[in-house]
Amino acid sequence: MPDPQVTVNGRPRPLVGTPTHTNALDFLRGLGLTGAKEGCAEGECGACAVMVVRPAGAGSRWTPVNACLVPALALDGQEVVTAEGLGTPEHLHPVQAGLAAGGGSQCGYCTPGFACSMAAEYYRPDRPEGPDGFDLHAIAGNLCRCTGYRPIRDAARALDAPAPADPLAERQARPAPDVVRTRVDGFDRPGDLAEALALLAEHPDAVVVAGSTDWGVEANLRGRRASHVVAVDRLPELRGFSTDGPIEIGAALTLSEVEAALGGTVPLLTEVWPLFASPLIRNGATIGGNLATASPIGDLAPALLALDATVVLASAYGDREVALADFFTGYRETVLRAGELIRAVRVPAPLAAHATFRKVAKRRYDDISSVAVAAALDVVDGTVVRARIGLGGVAATPLRARATESALEGRPWTAETVEAASLVLANEGTPIDDQRASAAYRSAMLGNALRAWWCEAWGEGESS
Amino acid sequence: MSRLSERPDDAVVGLALPHESAALHVTGHALYTDDLVHRTPHVLHAHPVCSPHPHARVTRLDATPALAVPGVVRVLTADDVPGTNDAGVKHDEPLFPEVVMFVGHAVCWVLADTLEAARQGAAAVEVDYEQLPAIVSLAEAIEAEHFQGGQPVIARGDVEEGLAGATRVFSGVTEMAGQEHFYLETHASLALVDEGGQVFVQSSTQHPSETQEIVAHVLGLDSHHVTVQCLRMGGGFGGKEMQPHGFAAIAALGAVLTGRPVRLRLSRTHDMTMTGKRHGFHAQWRVGFDDDGRLAALEATLTSDGGWSLDLSEPVLARALCHVDNAYWIPHVLLHGRVARTHKTSQTAFRGFGGPQGMLVIEDILGRCAPLLGVDPVDLRRKNFYVESQATPYGQVVRHPERLAAAWDQVLETGDVVRRRAGVAAFNAAHPHRKRGLAVTPVKFGISFNFTAFNQAGALVHVYKDGSVLINHGGTEMGQGLHTKMLQVAATTLGVPLAKVRVAPTRTDKVPNTSATAASSSTDLNGGAVKDACEQVLARLREVDAGRGLPWAELVREAYFSRVQLWAAGFYRTEGIHWDSTLMSGHPFKYFAYGVAAAEVEVDGFTGAHRTVRVDIVHDVGDSLSPLVDIGQVEGGFVQGVGWLTMEDLRWDESDGPGRGRLTTQSASTYKLPSLGELPDELHVALLEHAHEDGAVYGSKAVGEPPLMLAFAVREALREAVAAFGPEGASVELASPATPEAVFWAAERARGAAPDHVVEGLPGAVPDRPDPAAPPLHPRSEQAAGAAGEG
Repeated sequence: MPDPQVTVNGRPRPLVGTPTHTNALDFLRGLGLTGAKEGCAEGECGACAVMVVRPAGAGSRWTPVNACLVPALALDGQEVVTAEGLGTPEHLHPVQAGLAAGGGSQCGYCTPGFACSMAAEYYRPDRPEGPDGFDLHAIAGNLCRCTGYRPIRDAARALDAPAPADPLAERQARPAPDVVRTRVDGFDRPGDLAEALALLAEHPDAVVVAGSTDWGVEANLRGRRASHVVAVDRLPELRGFSTDGPIEIGAALTLSEVEAALGGTVPLLTEVWPLFASPLIRNGATIGGNLATASPIGDLAPALLALDATVVLASAYGDREVALADFFTGYRETVLRAGELIRAVRVPAPLAAHATFRKVAKRRYDDISSVAVAAALDVVDGTVVRARIGLGGVAATPLRARATESALEGRPWTAETVEAASLVLANEGTPIDDQRASAAYRSAMLGNALRAWWCEAWGEGESS
Repeated sequence: MSRLSERPDDAVVGLALPHESAALHVTGHALYTDDLVHRTPHVLHAHPVCSPHPHARVTRLDATPALAVPGVVRVLTADDVPGTNDAGVKHDEPLFPEVVMFVGHAVCWVLADTLEAARQGAAAVEVDYEQLPAIVSLAEAIEAEHFQGGQPVIARGDVEEGLAGATRVFSGVTEMAGQEHFYLETHASLALVDEGGQVFVQSSTQHPSETQEIVAHVLGLDSHHVTVQCLRMGGGFGGKEMQPHGFAAIAALGAVLTGRPVRLRLSRTHDMTMTGKRHGFHAQWRVGFDDDGRLAALEATLTSDGGWSLDLSEPVLARALCHVDNAYWIPHVLLHGRVARTHKTSQTAFRGFGGPQGMLVIEDILGRCAPLLGVDPVDLRRKNFYVESQATPYGQVVRHPERLAAAWDQVLETGDVVRRRAGVAAFNAAHPHRKRGLAVTPVKFGISFNFTAFNQAGALVHVYKDGSVLINHGGTEMGQGLHTKMLQVAATTLGVPLAKVRVAPTRTDKVPNTSATAASSSTDLNGGAVKDACEQVLARLREVDAGRGLPWAELVREAYFSRVQLWAAGFYRTEGIHWDSTLMSGHPFKYFAYGVAAAEVEVDGFTGAHRTVRVDIVHDVGDSLSPLVDIGQVEGGFVQGVGWLTMEDLRWDESDGPGRGRLTTQSASTYKLPSLGELPDELHVALLEHAHEDGAVYGSKAVGEPPLMLAFAVREALREAVAAFGPEGASVELASPATPEAVFWAAERARGAAPDHVVEGLPGAVPDRPDPAAPPLHPRSEQAAGAAGEG
């Protein structure tokens, strides 16, 4: 196995000797590439954003991620471009030129990160021309404290298409680098599932990472250190996607990849994506990792609960399938056994006819839910025949609102039923007071979730 | 037009130029203090050992276990301080405390070859504490009468008489939370010992001279042994005015003791838990209106949450008291101020420096009382504006009040406010669960440091033989575009193209005894100094030229060979200002900056979530020196103000549990600041025309702080939207910040019973009247050497 190395701005850089806990941001800065900054070290501010090449169809895509969350060793064999690699002060990249000319930088500290997030969107192959062609959600994970964002937004919207011979655009025509196996002291990237399971047997205390968007925060903010890290995000067995029968989603697909693969076929999840963290996080975080971390809030879990999803768990003894509703056993605890991995998530078909995702948070985008409610209903001849409601932020685990489901099933889908069910829903879970919200507010938000949905989708007097 | 303000034809000032470092910013080539670490060999990394208790005595500190951690080189404690163990100017901020005063207070610092080793070393240090009672909330401090510093009073007329003669009298309480600066760059220092024992500290500081003084007194050195440089900051907003000194001193102390460069950079969590924030305030008030809705009298007692030490709390309080009037004439006024001492971070300067908190009081009063008076809030605000020859409660005549009226009229017209308010009413009638509000609010903000002595600045301008120009000045660059404006001023004064001029990083060995880059006045002050220096050089060059009109390069060369001095030190002091901080009266401000904003918001009645639909702003920057920079300041300040008022939610654990005193919103995942999604769908910003300011460089006005307070329009619009959930004419009390949860509960109250948040009639709820014999200032405040700065 060759020594680990990563290509940064076109130049190979050895990773040999890099400690397991060193993140890509510190690694890059250690190379003297200090454009990427640490603003928060938990993937919230985007000041450390860099672009990596990721597979996309027959070619590849420049994909921005938070360098502070990625273990440097996880970049073995990959290609990275930083703000320094986009352009120079004398020859600015079009994204950089637009930001500079329009007043898009004041203190400049967040700017290299913005440039990388914007450049990745600039190179999106299917990006339409014109001011609305730039998807502003692409910069939702970058914080700026100086400008108020208007000049950044305007610079983004003024971008033309890349020039024909733009080398970064051309790079996307070729496939992403092959996945390499990495085996250094304390860090393993196995080549396949069998090897991964063997490694987990060999290192029972190993930390399993995929996008590392959760573990990275633990390592950076809470100083947690792993005796051994096993990276599973490139395992081919965990990256499948199938819609024959139930929708089966490989656990190691990033949320962005899941979104692209589903392409709007699951409307409930389509509602979730823009509200789930930021693109910088969704480009790293995987669907399996999101469930395995068992956050009591995690926006995806309530949605998948409402979709009646199951998880397929792989171990040396084979696969087993567990209903997501039975998966979470306590605060940050699941039924996952030592040596077991989530291989895939299954969503049964057909989908419920009506579904909604309602997230309450302090900030509209890129915030952690105070309360998340996902509901899916089948209504036949005016009667609710099946109701599934998943909740986040109101208990130690994501949970099903079973009492509310019972209050809906078999009842006519009317304002009266909604009101009666809302009173039940308001009492679901065991919400607490914390810095995000009071328990009373959380309960009130539960109580209003169905009312608001009813008013928007079926009510009178409310039109947008 | 004065000589200072007169602008030549073809001036470089007034051009809309990008930030002078924009090309470096966007490519990642701009260097910040911590970027230098990777260019400095053999650096040691510093990590603090922080108190887990809000108030406790350190009974034992054993650093030996840390020294056993591989890579740990030294642990800095109080015993290591050769000079004064203090990080401030009032000797109330021990650098290494015996008694910790807040959760996060550093008791010692570990130096190691790597940050990882320093972190592990810090975890290994053993500290025993004897816990002491802690006061965490402002309410607890007021109840316990736990105050610090002076208790100033501003009085005019007879407030009792004014209230007795008023038609309607209301009293109430207004509370507002503080705000975390959340500059993207956390505090950073890099110190090394140079040749001859000279200490060189690079620091993310808005106040290099004061950082220099504190480093010197901690090390027991004279100031000339210490040089502080600030390349640039990744945002400051006041948070790096007083707070960097101790960190710089730790780095410098470590460098002196080990002989190796020492780097200290706070993690975000450390920055949030260890450094001061905007002061939260509590205000009790009684207000009287006449038949016509005109303000007759106001009594208010403002209590700020100062945290554990005084820091800048006194000048912040003074500015708050000086801005309670905002844009409004109030005949009878009695204002008391006091600073609570709580076991939290020491609250400090933050853009507006108390002005926003003072102004929020009167805007809250008007917003709550307008429905009770039955007067449209737009009319109520407008009819109370200052007019020509009226003076503020502290005695300064308000110059150019007609400019505020002009800005108001312009916003109403260009914002199409009358028609849109009718549209809002129609929208509200049609939507039971979503409501809109449209409010218009004014800003009048005094420019200059209250404390007269700080209103001075220096500059150093070099013209080299090849005709290129290098300028140094006392101000620091934190993104506000000061350097850009200084380049434009120099190019304009010298009459050379902008490309001929460079600005060098701010250093205390180039320009000494500088004031903080603060109080919005750095362009006024440093611009005056740069202009002065350029004029000195120019005067000599004109003699050489003797009317021949030589091209610049030729003239410079000839001057050199004629042995003419081609550099100059410039100096500027603001004329015509004075302030008596004992009487709280005088003419502290060179001028007022004005602005008006109209904001339309929409509130979701189910959740309290809200968004800003449209904002129209007209802001007064005088004759703009640099329109792109100025508009950037207006927009950025406005959005930051919206963050303070509607989203940013500092929470401390006020329970009696083991986490008491802990900041629970100590990271970016729990403390939310505005993101792109908070940008209004439509944001229209115009600079007020015909706004020449006679008393400032090239006719301009300061712009850093005033726009933050334009955000009151959003808060007042939210109040009106919330009111629309209730019966016609409901008065709404709105918490600050008006988070979705706060807005939701306000809407619930509006839907319910009559408001009980305002008492009508006399005597009403009489504000506390602190001891009239209390001194207005701490005895060590306003000392000439190393006096407290102000932002």
